[in-house]
Amino acid sequence: MRNAFAAALTEMAGLDERIVLLSGDIGNRLFDTFRERFPTRFYNCGVAEANMTGMAAGMALCGLRPFTYTITPFATTRVIEQIRVDICYHNVPVTIVGTGSGLSYASLGPTHHSCEDVGIMRCFPNLTVVCPADSSEVGPALRATLDLPGPAYIRLGKKGEPVVHTSPPDFEIGRGIIMLEGADICLLGMGTMTAVALEAAALLEAAGVSARVVSMHTVKPLDEALLAESFARFSVVGVVEEHSIIGGLGSAVAEWLARRTPCGTRLEVFGTPDLFLSEAGSQTYMRQKCGLTAELIAERMLLRFRQRGLQ
Amino acid sequence: MTPTAELAAIARRIRARVVEMSHAAETPHLGSSLSCVDMLVAAYWGAVAIDPLRPLDPGRDRLILSKGHAATALYAVLAERGFFDAALLNTYDEDGSALPEHPGLQCVPGVEAATGSLGHGLPLAVGMALAGRITGYDYRCFVVMSDGECEEGSVWEAAMFAPVHKLDTIIAMIDYNKWQATGRSDQIMALAPLCEKWRAFGWDACEVDGHDMEALLEALQRAPDGSGRPRVIIAHTVKGKGVSFMEDDNNWHYRIPTAGEVQQARQELGQP
Repeated sequence: MRNAFAAALTEMAGLDERIVLLSGDIGNRLFDTFRERFPTRFYNCGVAEANMTGMAAGMALCGLRPFTYTITPFATTRVIEQIRVDICYHNVPVTIVGTGSGLSYASLGPTHHSCEDVGIMRCFPNLTVVCPADSSEVGPALRATLDLPGPAYIRLGKKGEPVVHTSPPDFEIGRGIIMLEGADICLLGMGTMTAVALEAAALLEAAGVSARVVSMHTVKPLDEALLAESFARFSVVGVVEEHSIIGGLGSAVAEWLARRTPCGTRLEVFGTPDLFLSEAGSQTYMRQKCGLTAELIAERMLLRFRQRGLQ
Repeated sequence: MTPTAELAAIARRIRARVVEMSHAAETPHLGSSLSCVDMLVAAYWGAVAIDPLRPLDPGRDRLILSKGHAATALYAVLAERGFFDAALLNTYDEDGSALPEHPGLQCVPGVEAATGSLGHGLPLAVGMALAGRITGYDYRCFVVMSDGECEEGSVWEAAMFAPVHKLDTIIAMIDYNKWQATGRSDQIMALAPLCEKWRAFGWDACEVDGHDMEALLEALQRAPDGSGRPRVIIAHTVKGKGVSFMEDDNNWHYRIPTAGEVQQARQELGQP
């Protein structure tokens, strides 16, 4: 996904002179082409994310379209005050890009995990929150932020994530993409977990249960029309996210659901627990520990679906 | 060029207005506002290239009041400089007013940034200065900070970034009144020696009497020395400056003046 980010932004910068890339001392070699082509529009801001974030707001106040880029916790929770005041309160079109989100950097430990970012970021007025499902959603998501009057946060994985789209996606901020249509249950994937949701759907299919799978790439604003239709149609809706069960897409959907007339549909949230995952381990190991595998998701969804059928 | 005697008279009028606003709205930070009035007057009448009739001109100089708690000083200065009708100052801090206790972005024409949380102005100015370079403007970016504000790490992040990129269109001013909310700033954090700190970070740093209009004008107007170093003016000031019973008395960080005290302040400031 980070390669897709560098490629897309380089292409965009060739078409739009307002685009400036600010990097927090990461992306060694990743931005070589960008730097060569646009030497006055790339800045390595060093290990100083507060300044990088404030600077981006200052640039946007003067008509530019800055993109800040670093590892997710340092692009987001490290500088939450600068995001809140400089970017969101000023309501300027800065795009904050976090790479290695969720448990992408599982083995680096909790300092490099980001399982709280969406919960915090979606609280801020004016901020759009987008979690592309795969590398083919990255470019469209970046381009879409240029049409926004205000700021956006884009939450990326790292590299080598499974590609879920076989053709360029029809991407629009605030509109989920139905990846697979189904008749019995629905799975809403956030970001790179959409691939896992699709795997779970295949397992469910084998068990005779047909699942809709959605790339719910925009957490804010929520695609309320798609939610309304899905909760009206399915007896169980699952949210799958590499994020804490507190504050993420599951919480956003639950908040939306609680404001509506009770509908009888069961909401099931698959996310990371309210814990720091402090032991060593790979992303695969951590996902397993958190129940974020296709098998565990399929198993619980199947159970819930059968329970609903008995009621 | 406005003669310095006239600028001093403007500063006295503004100080009286600031005292009245604090009294009428019962808002704190009076001492902090009074200490930076001369700096703001010197900047807005003697250095900042901006036309109050074209407050959004893309080529304008920018001034960010990073110590947003001195909002009354900024509002009174902008009104006096012709950015908006001074009658609006009477609505300061009223329910629904455009003038809150900390300034919002363009809450009135001339306010270049929303401030109040400290340590934000310098990074914003760095971004504005770089944007000027990228887009082909040679505007300057002025930032007024407090001494206590220099305790924020973000100030020093920006301080390290600006010289590398030779951002000599930045002119930072530090209102060094030696107090912060609850005590002497040098005793709470190791701020001193402040000028040497900025020099060590690669800035063209100078120290002036922050109430000496000529010295302020000279420091603000001096052309960049060609080294590319951004400039910082350490302005030694007195908190509560201009009103004898408020000067260097930190109770006036929070105290609200009574009607009698407003009257006395107006007399001392030569306002009928």
